[in-house]
Amino acid sequence: SPQVVWSMLGNRQFCSYKMTTKTQNFCRNEYNLTGLCNRSSCPLANSQYATVREEKGRCYLYMKTIERAAFPRRLWERVLLSKNYEKALEEIDENLIYWPRFIRHKCKQRFTKITQYLIRIRKLTLKRQRKLVPLRRKIERRENRREEKALIAAQLDNAIEKELLERLKQDTYGDIYNFPIHAFDKALQQQDAESESDSDAEREEDDDDEDVDKREFVEAEDSELSDFEDMDKLETSSEEEQEEEEEVEKKGSHSKWKGKTPLKGPARRKRPYIEIEYEEETEPSTKTKAA
Amino acid sequence: AGEGSGAVPGDGTDPPAPERVLFPPTFSVSEIKNKQRRHFMFLRWKQQQRKEKLALKKKRRKEREALGDKAPPKAIPKTIENQRVFDETTVDPNDEEVAFDEATDEFAPYFNRQTVPKILITTSDRPRGRTVRFCEQLATVIPNSHVYYRRGLALKRIIPQCIARDFTDLIVINEDRKIPNGLVLSHLPEGPTAHFRMSSVRLRKEIKRKGKEPTEHVPEVILNNFTTRLGHSIGRMFAALFPHNPQFIGRQVATFHNQRDYIFFRFHRYIFKSEKKVGIQELGPRFTLKLRSLQKGTFDSKFGEYEWIHKRREMDTSRRKFHL
Repeated sequence: SPQVVWSMLGNRQFCSYKMTTKTQNFCRNEYNLTGLCNRSSCPLANSQYATVREEKGRCYLYMKTIERAAFPRRLWERVLLSKNYEKALEEIDENLIYWPRFIRHKCKQRFTKITQYLIRIRKLTLKRQRKLVPLRRKIERRENRREEKALIAAQLDNAIEKELLERLKQDTYGDIYNFPIHAFDKALQQQDAESESDSDAEREEDDDDEDVDKREFVEAEDSELSDFEDMDKLETSSEEEQEEEEEVEKKGSHSKWKGKTPLKGPARRKRPYIEIEYEEETEPSTKTKAA
Repeated sequence: AGEGSGAVPGDGTDPPAPERVLFPPTFSVSEIKNKQRRHFMFLRWKQQQRKEKLALKKKRRKEREALGDKAPPKAIPKTIENQRVFDETTVDPNDEEVAFDEATDEFAPYFNRQTVPKILITTSDRPRGRTVRFCEQLATVIPNSHVYYRRGLALKRIIPQCIARDFTDLIVINEDRKIPNGLVLSHLPEGPTAHFRMSSVRLRKEIKRKGKEPTEHVPEVILNNFTTRLGHSIGRMFAALFPHNPQFIGRQVATFHNQRDYIFFRFHRYIFKSEKKVGIQELGPRFTLKLRSLQKGTFDSKFGEYEWIHKRREMDTSRRKFHL
């Protein structure tokens, strides 16, 4: 009888469908109506039981009665429910007409939930679906390794610097950067071809131009070489207001600098000139002795 | 009995110097069953090999010095780039056909300065924090770009709207498990669509020794090593993202460097310290791309016409063959 079954399975002995968690017991039996392990929801411990299950998008009502308890093959009777929601509810009611209220109610609830998730499935299949592409471990590893090696082989910093210097040489920057060596050498070459008097006049003009234009870069080379604070300062210094200030300040000191040794000259001038005197203490003692 | 078993044999039990070890003719280190002993013998064998190699080098160097001027020139070491299988689609700078193609392809209006690039950056559904930040940073790097979030909109419907609003390019960053891992770059009015796999994404805060934020100036573009026909078209796609008139005052440069089919993107600020020396400072995000497919029209995964797809079985057979 069902009470005996429940007293065995439910509480004391082992039920293979029972799953216990900290707060609750679940029943893994596929015919279970609620999914919990209860006296009223256990399909094994109730001789009269009903469930709603869906297969391939269609819902069926499964019923079990005492009369068929001896025939396991015919135990569960299956009724196809209509696709129309209200009609299906009526069909459930018809089939379970004199059955306990609990089972009827739970069947209808379960049926509602199933129809809702079926609707959701149909809606989602119409939308864009994410295609899951499996990663192949060996290939991923191979590609990562190759990427690392390619990065090392690329020598990006050098490549970029080379390219920028190329562009500078090819004059893509125009008049912004006016490096003295470049311009000076060019001027020298021009002088060889022309007469001296003309070249002198050119040279003076060139000097003035060079002094005026190179001022902002002189600033950079004076302060530390590869300092990144430098870069930030220089960004702001590219504005015209500061350029004028610098010009006024530095005109006197840098007029002679031709740019041959860009770093050493100004750097030397900036360092304070210190003279160190050494005193010897032994002198007074010898003097007294002599006296 | 002379050779130790089990415990690591010290040098006392073995012949004192490795050079005098005489192995029986058919001996091989891998046949010793004892693992520790085998390891020991292998190390000894390795030492011997190294010694021989060193001796050989010295001998060669001596010969070289002895010959003096008559010595043969030093051999160039082989690198993968040296040994690269010659690709028949390598672009010759003077090739007329290529020049003609480029004058009439989808990027011609850009290179003729008729269109100004306007870029839309978006992500896949529900982007996580890292991807969002990456999109923002990318938007600061590429001038005239806008970030829009995709709330479940279909790309096919976004594209006509973009064209209507005069966007020239569309970038979609695909995300997987909270990191961006794919990039789809689509040139909008009927342009080619390139799908890349993105890796090693570093945001600005993860870059060491970085500078301040990128300013609004238009950066210069450097495209390195795009040699083949395919590489050339991809290079043009990248170039078309940036406006044609770089502002040299900003001193910013965006680099797309192709090495062995991996495209490295960097964003730097440069400064010329002298005529022969330039300093660069990295700002901005960095990432690497690997081309997966190039489609002729705009993004259409089912019915699009693919110009090039990476087929692993056919294309990854040789270590020295690259396609870009």
